[in-house]
Amino acid sequence: MSQALVQLKNVKKSFGPVDVLKGVDLEVFAGKVTALVGDNGAGKSTLIKGLAGVQPYDAGEVRFDGELQELHSPRQASALGIEVVYQDLALCENLDIVQNMFLGRETLKSGTLSEAEMEADAARALQSLSVKTVRSVRQTVSSLSGGQRQTVAIARTVLRDARLVVLDEPTAALGVAQTEQVLNLVRRLADQGYGVLMISHNLYDVFKVADDIAVLYLGNMVAQLETAKTTSNEVIGYITGIATDVKEG
Amino acid sequence: MAEKVTLQTGHEGGVKGQVSAYFSRLKGGDMGALPAMAAVIVLMALFANLSPYFLTEINIANLFVQSAVLMVTAMALVFVLLLGEIDLSAGVTAATGMALFVKLTNTGWDWPVALAFGFLVGLVTGWVLGMFVAKIGVPSFVISLAFYLGFPGVMLIILGSGGILRLEVEPIKAIMNVNLPVWGGWAVLAVIVIVALVLSIWDRSRRLSVDLPVRPIIFLVAKIAAYLAVGGGIVFMLNLPRSLVAANPIRGVPIVVPIVIVLMFAGTFVLNRTQFGRYLYAVGGNPEAARRAGINVARIRIYAFMITSTLATMGGLMHISRIGAVEAAAGKIIVLSAVAAAVVGGVSLFGGRGKLFNAAIGAIVISIIDNGLGLMGFPAGVSFIVTGVVLALAATVDALARKRAPGMRI
Ligand SMILES: Nc1ncnc2c1ncn2[C@@H]1O[C@H](COP(=O)(O)OP(=O)(O)OP(=O)(O)O)[C@@H](O)[C@H]1O
Ligand SMILES: [Mg+2]
Repeated sequence: MSQALVQLKNVKKSFGPVDVLKGVDLEVFAGKVTALVGDNGAGKSTLIKGLAGVQPYDAGEVRFDGELQELHSPRQASALGIEVVYQDLALCENLDIVQNMFLGRETLKSGTLSEAEMEADAARALQSLSVKTVRSVRQTVSSLSGGQRQTVAIARTVLRDARLVVLDEPTAALGVAQTEQVLNLVRRLADQGYGVLMISHNLYDVFKVADDIAVLYLGNMVAQLETAKTTSNEVIGYITGIATDVKEG
Repeated sequence: MAEKVTLQTGHEGGVKGQVSAYFSRLKGGDMGALPAMAAVIVLMALFANLSPYFLTEINIANLFVQSAVLMVTAMALVFVLLLGEIDLSAGVTAATGMALFVKLTNTGWDWPVALAFGFLVGLVTGWVLGMFVAKIGVPSFVISLAFYLGFPGVMLIILGSGGILRLEVEPIKAIMNVNLPVWGGWAVLAVIVIVALVLSIWDRSRRLSVDLPVRPIIFLVAKIAAYLAVGGGIVFMLNLPRSLVAANPIRGVPIVVPIVIVLMFAGTFVLNRTQFGRYLYAVGGNPEAARRAGINVARIRIYAFMITSTLATMGGLMHISRIGAVEAAAGKIIVLSAVAAAVVGGVSLFGGRGKLFNAAIGAIVISIIDNGLGLMGFPAGVSFIVTGVVLALAATVDALARKRAPGMRI
């Protein structure tokens, strides 16, 4: 098998006396969608906050492209090309799509905003993901649907030269058609060579787009399976803990 | 060669497409300054019919001078209003700065140095307010109320028992009381039109250089024509002799008019075309999103408060120029009217939405109401009541627009 884009080894995290991650291993490959599943409180969000650098791990190894890396700040994470789309998306409703996509990294020319350049680049980033659902790239986000917002948030990571895109429940609040759109987008992201790590509670979604499924159970990575070689019953077994004998930490 | 942009950018289509797109934006609740601009026209027509004095040269000139202080104070407040904050002390801060300025000049200081100290009061007060709000987390309403209550006391101490000091600096008095020569008014208009034209052409050529669609050129022509028509009309009117005494002809654009316009252009440039301006809107729209995008939210907040009180001090300077003195009660009412003006013009109290132009046009609405009702012989009380009603109306529109914004359904 080729080298993993991201490799976590024996990653640990505690909040005071509570061990939330108890030595987690995970591999995410470029060009593949890895689904991260697990019951409420399993530690999924904690795991990705470590990757994002917002809540560094207490112990363990993080390798990016095979190289050992420190991940202690969001800056370090984004320098490596790790971009996280949180569930609340963090978009400014009063700004338009272009402005949101470039927020914090505006293109400037002699101290002033290069609107035309940003508009063209944002439009191209959306086009590269075959996004056709937005009416205009100058629409304000307040006028977008939930799926369109998710699309903007995901496309923003592409603009930021992401190599690993981490998505926290990207379809949680969406209806059927919009879920479909976002899942297609996630798939295209991977097909274009990005590594994708997607948290989801919806096994239907997981089986639809994921290449690999990683299952967290009470802070332990109990299985990392290839989607093609597993069934939803097996995955459910791991999620609920029936399939494994987990040593309680 | 980069890939061609095929997604819509809002600039596509001919005149018809653009116009219908504009109307669909209006229906979407994005009315901007339109209601206030309509109000200006309706009120002008109304008062022109009701009072024979309203459209006289002298009254129009008066209206500009009277509304200047309100306009500048309202524009100043936009910077904090965009963050969803408020600075109730902007007026008294300005007045205190001006009290210091006048006091220093009256005790023999060079006026430019004294003026710098006056503005320093604004700058420092804004910084302190910003620190309280951004670093400590005191609500801006409360901390600025504290300054609102405290500064008049400082002023009393500066001004002494009389509570008033005369301004003796002629160049400052000139701001509100001297007019440009006839050619000066036209020159100002020419500069404005040229700046607007150059900026538009610059934007257009940059869009073309990256292969983006541009609007039909007729819109640019129409915009410049509108500038020329409105600006030309105003300059023409202000250049007519308006003295009540024929022997002493008064004519020309008051000096304050180009000053207000320069402030508005410069501020608009900062808001629309700089990173700081963009961040101001971002923080006002969603501070958490701004923070995650790497924006130093606290710094943006502090700068906003500093700009507000410094710009408000400019308004204070115009006020003492007009009155010819600084009095202890100055700055208390103006700030409330300025908030009203901003909201009437379409600046949202919820943050994230509004332009300096909105504040200026709102100030004109309120000034016209004040001026028109005064001419018709109504007591000042009526004008207050009408202004209050207009504000309530505008605030309701603001709240409804926010409710109706399709994005708010989440
Ligand atoms: N900052 C914190 N302080 C203390 N405990 C925390 C903190 N963050 C998370 N936890 C605990 O760690 C455990 C794992 O939380 P986490 O949010 O990672 O779960 P999750 O898998 O994302 O769950 P969900 O599916 O509900 O989002 C939970 O028991 C939670 O209470
Ligand atoms: Mg979670």
